[in-house]
Amino acid sequence: MDETRVFSVSELNGLIKELFDHTPLFLNISVRGELSNYKVYPSGHHYFTLKDSESSLRCVMFKSSAMHLRFRPESGMSVTAFGRISVFPRDGAYQLYCSALMPEGTGDLQVAFEQLKKKLDEEGLFDEAHKKPLPDYPQRIAIVTSSAGAAVHDMIRILGHRWPMSKVLLLPVRVQGAEAPAEIAGAIRYANRHAIADLIITGRGGGSIEDLWAFNDERVARAIYASEIPVISAVGHEPDVTISDYVADRRASTPSNAAEIAVPDASEQRQMLSSVSIRSAQAMDKRLRQMRSETENLRSRRVLRDAGAYLDDRRIELDHLRDKLGASMESALARKKRDQVRLAAALDAMSPLRVLTRGYAVASDENGRIVTSTKMIRKGSRLHLRLSDGGADCTVESVKEETEA
Amino acid sequence: MNTEKLSYEEAIERLNKIVNDLEKGNLPLADSLELFEEGTALMKRCTELLDQAEQKVVMLKKGADGAPVELPFEE
Repeated sequence: MDETRVFSVSELNGLIKELFDHTPLFLNISVRGELSNYKVYPSGHHYFTLKDSESSLRCVMFKSSAMHLRFRPESGMSVTAFGRISVFPRDGAYQLYCSALMPEGTGDLQVAFEQLKKKLDEEGLFDEAHKKPLPDYPQRIAIVTSSAGAAVHDMIRILGHRWPMSKVLLLPVRVQGAEAPAEIAGAIRYANRHAIADLIITGRGGGSIEDLWAFNDERVARAIYASEIPVISAVGHEPDVTISDYVADRRASTPSNAAEIAVPDASEQRQMLSSVSIRSAQAMDKRLRQMRSETENLRSRRVLRDAGAYLDDRRIELDHLRDKLGASMESALARKKRDQVRLAAALDAMSPLRVLTRGYAVASDENGRIVTSTKMIRKGSRLHLRLSDGGADCTVESVKEETEA
Repeated sequence: MNTEKLSYEEAIERLNKIVNDLEKGNLPLADSLELFEEGTALMKRCTELLDQAEQKVVMLKKGADGAPVELPFEE
């Protein structure tokens, strides 16, 4: 570089800014100090100075970051500021572009949060593999939240608007205070034990970090993890992230958002149904057109073009068939004949006529009735005796009735 | 299949399968027609369910025997 070169102020400030912006430490830095000269401009940006006993640092927090503050910063507060150090070229001054502020004192909650988060993460409570899919069309939705407050009403209203088919079961619990974690965890376990729903939403509306603290409780986290029923966690506003959010099957940014995630939208379903209706009609139409063109094809084929040839072919087939049929008929007849001979022999063996060869005779009267009793005849009756090889006509000389002993 | 008894989810599932089968276009005409008719009945069922749906909201309390008891929820 030419040592005699003269820079403009803008060029130099630009160069210095480059230098800052390429220093990794400056891109993500935490600074502890006391707030002073804290001002909120109408633009929504926050301007302040961080200082200690010997030094001070100019800071700016843009509206987009400032809106996530959970507390109201005031001059005199001890804080830790997070952000990046860069140069404001217009003034030739470096400053902290602050993205978050944490007050000293409530910092212990943050520490507790980080510790629990780390512990549960290591135990696998946040594993994606454990997360259950939400039902597409939940029939019963259990809401574990306070029965007071806007959150429950927002959820019921949105669920009812989008998907009134789902039944809503409210399990009222306290969502803040010392009792809250046990109640929330208990309600989630109760819902599972009695299988009352196919989806659970648990959460609450916005509040301070202390208000939301129940959802950073280990008991709640473990109840959500153990739930067989999929759980949507819906705590506070968009930037609030709790342990429940990490362990739940799905995180919703707000309770209203949970209701949107939980159910399909009836009007979208109607659109889907009408598109399905169109698709099936089109498919059917296509099938029919295809059928018509197949018919056209057939018509142009030999069968219909040359009926004579077609009939000749059928005649030849018929002859072959008749041949085969004849052969099988003959063998069937032969088999029948053999069967009949066997049957006649069997019948013959059982015939009463065979008994006659052993010396018995069958007597019948003039009307051909078999005579089985003396009551059927009297003197002078004409009888016919059937013998094994012929018969004889006789006249009764006398009738003797045998009296039973 | 009796479409009158199906839940919305069951009806939608079956309906999607039918439309996919119809769109494949390789079924005999008679089967296609049968499916088409079933699909029409299913669409009617789904629309009915959407039209008739009325949100039910109850509050659950633990009863004396521990089993849940449904109470009306006053909004």
